[in-house]
Amino acid sequence: MTDTVRPMPASNPVAVGNGFAFGSAGTPVLEVDNATKSYPGEPPVQALRGVNLSIDQGELVGIVGPSGSGKTSLLQLMGTLDRPTSGHVRITGLDVATMDDGDVAYLRATRIGFLFQQFFLSEHSTLLDNVADGLLYAGIPVAKRRQEALEALELVGLAQRQHARPTQLSGGQRQRVAIARALIGQPAIVLADEPTGNLDQATGKSILALIDQLHQAGSTIVVITHDRAIAERMPRRVEILDGSIVADTGPGVSAEQQACPVIQSLVPGLRPELSPGEHP
Amino acid sequence: MRTDTVNRQQLQLSDLARLSIVGLRTRKLRAGLSALGIAIGVAAIVAVLGISASSQAGLLDEINQLGTNLLTVSNGENLLGAPTELPVTAPAMIERIRGVEQVQSTGAVSGANAYRSPYIPASNTNSLTVQAASLALLPVVATSVAQGHYLNAATAQEPVAVLGAVAAQRLGIDRIYPGERIWAGGQWLYVVGILRPAVLAPAIDSSVLVGYPAAEKYLGFDGHPSTIYLRTQNSRVTTVDNLLAATANPENPNQVNVSQPSAALVVQAEAQSALNGLFLGLGAIALLVGAVGVANIMIISVLERRSEIGLRRALGATRGHIRTQFLSEAVLLGLLGGAVGVALGVASTVVYAHTKGWSTVIPIEAWAGGIAASVIIGAVAGLIPALRAARLSPTQALWSV
Repeated sequence: MTDTVRPMPASNPVAVGNGFAFGSAGTPVLEVDNATKSYPGEPPVQALRGVNLSIDQGELVGIVGPSGSGKTSLLQLMGTLDRPTSGHVRITGLDVATMDDGDVAYLRATRIGFLFQQFFLSEHSTLLDNVADGLLYAGIPVAKRRQEALEALELVGLAQRQHARPTQLSGGQRQRVAIARALIGQPAIVLADEPTGNLDQATGKSILALIDQLHQAGSTIVVITHDRAIAERMPRRVEILDGSIVADTGPGVSAEQQACPVIQSLVPGLRPELSPGEHP
Repeated sequence: MRTDTVNRQQLQLSDLARLSIVGLRTRKLRAGLSALGIAIGVAAIVAVLGISASSQAGLLDEINQLGTNLLTVSNGENLLGAPTELPVTAPAMIERIRGVEQVQSTGAVSGANAYRSPYIPASNTNSLTVQAASLALLPVVATSVAQGHYLNAATAQEPVAVLGAVAAQRLGIDRIYPGERIWAGGQWLYVVGILRPAVLAPAIDSSVLVGYPAAEKYLGFDGHPSTIYLRTQNSRVTTVDNLLAATANPENPNQVNVSQPSAALVVQAEAQSALNGLFLGLGAIALLVGAVGVANIMIISVLERRSEIGLRRALGATRGHIRTQFLSEAVLLGLLGGAVGVALGVASTVVYAHTKGWSTVIPIEAWAGGIAASVIIGAVAGLIPALRAARLSPTQALWSV
């Protein structure tokens, strides 16, 4: 495992080979504007109740909440995998509501990287091809895809194993491959859904360290987790409960300044997790 | 801002091929089994068409070897439907037509039947006829002696018979030994030879042949030929054909039947393929079953690969990309089955044709049609699964596994 992370190119995030007009310098990378999400049922399930969230370029944000808090729904909206019932989601200034399915797919192909708890690697392809598939739908020729995949694998310290299969790797290594796939093509934002959920504690820490390094190097990353300890490591924490954001430390607020009295009062059981001794 | 500058991408053909191959390679056994149904159907169809075409080619080859310049003239019927006789002079007259090379004849001995012995009931004729035959008949009808000898100038005078292939079989005679005899027309006839089958003149096969003089002397034959066999120069077959009736019986040319046996055989050979309908139908049913197999396997595949579908959607695949991927996988599966089926069908045709001594002929409609049919079957069978895969929402695909 490597401790060195190459800085991302200065032009990050440059969308690859496409004609998207980019947002101006001041535009947030991701904006959720008064978004609600309800799922049909009797009665309808209200998963998100008017969420506002704005993430700037270069931020590392931890979104934390217990099961059923709506954090997965929020991730789906942020990742443009689903559309809000009302409100708006803008990626690099582009409003998803005004785009059709094909355009949104292309937006995902070029602007958003995903990281999942279950890795979702193809066991029948090499690491190189798994990572290269991250650019498959961006319309990049295979030679260029593989070249960028190799660079992304170098970034996570697995370049030497480019021809191995995911089955030959440990869980932590697999998640590194998935990170490489999420980073390839330098997306505007990387969304990670419980990235350490399937890993033991030590391996999880090394993955979080890698995420830290990528953030230092300039990537914009959002980590969704139910684990308060993980969220504590992030420079900015957003707490979500029952479909609403109940606390947001805001951009540039350090961990020491964090305070979330609302959560503590609502969920007393969370208190021990917040003791300073347990911080990583 | 509106995405008027969005540059959505189609998958490259090479990427699509790679995706489908990886998709099938992950489930080798299952893909193989489901392609097998299509392979069997295509193999059956290709083999049936190939074998029938090869058999036809073999038959035509054989007919060409036997010669297409054989014409036969036989006695017809008068206006009342009664059989007429050819004039005794007909063979000699025909020989004088320009372009005629050889003329031989047989004459049915009326009222004479052949039996193994006098004790056989008279009604057990075995459908054999006794025929007077000229001495150089065999080369003209393209057959030869299987055992013993044919008639010669000496034996043609004596109560001696040569048996056609079918006649020998029905009389239960399979070899010649001295003193071998049959009972025909109230007279013992000594058997001196057995003939090979005469493809162009099947009437010879079921005949007991006797010399003209002997037939007249011992069997009360009237000397009128009933069938005249002649060979012409290849370039003059049609001309001679047109002159034959009038030459053979100038008085009543309409009471003469003229035919070209090879032409009839060619027609017969070409008509044989009509019998293949049943096998083709069975092949089509196998194809249908194969299609159901492919559809089934693709539907299961879509269910199993929900997370892959979800991941691809997250990586930026459109519904169209997913649909195309699954459709091309099904088409590839069909193509695979079709290719294997064509190979199997061709192989069995080659083996069968080889054992029969035919040249191998695979009609282009058979193999090209087989491949095309299997591709279409793959596409049709894969359509519904592909649409289902494309309809799957990425959130369902990723979060409800």
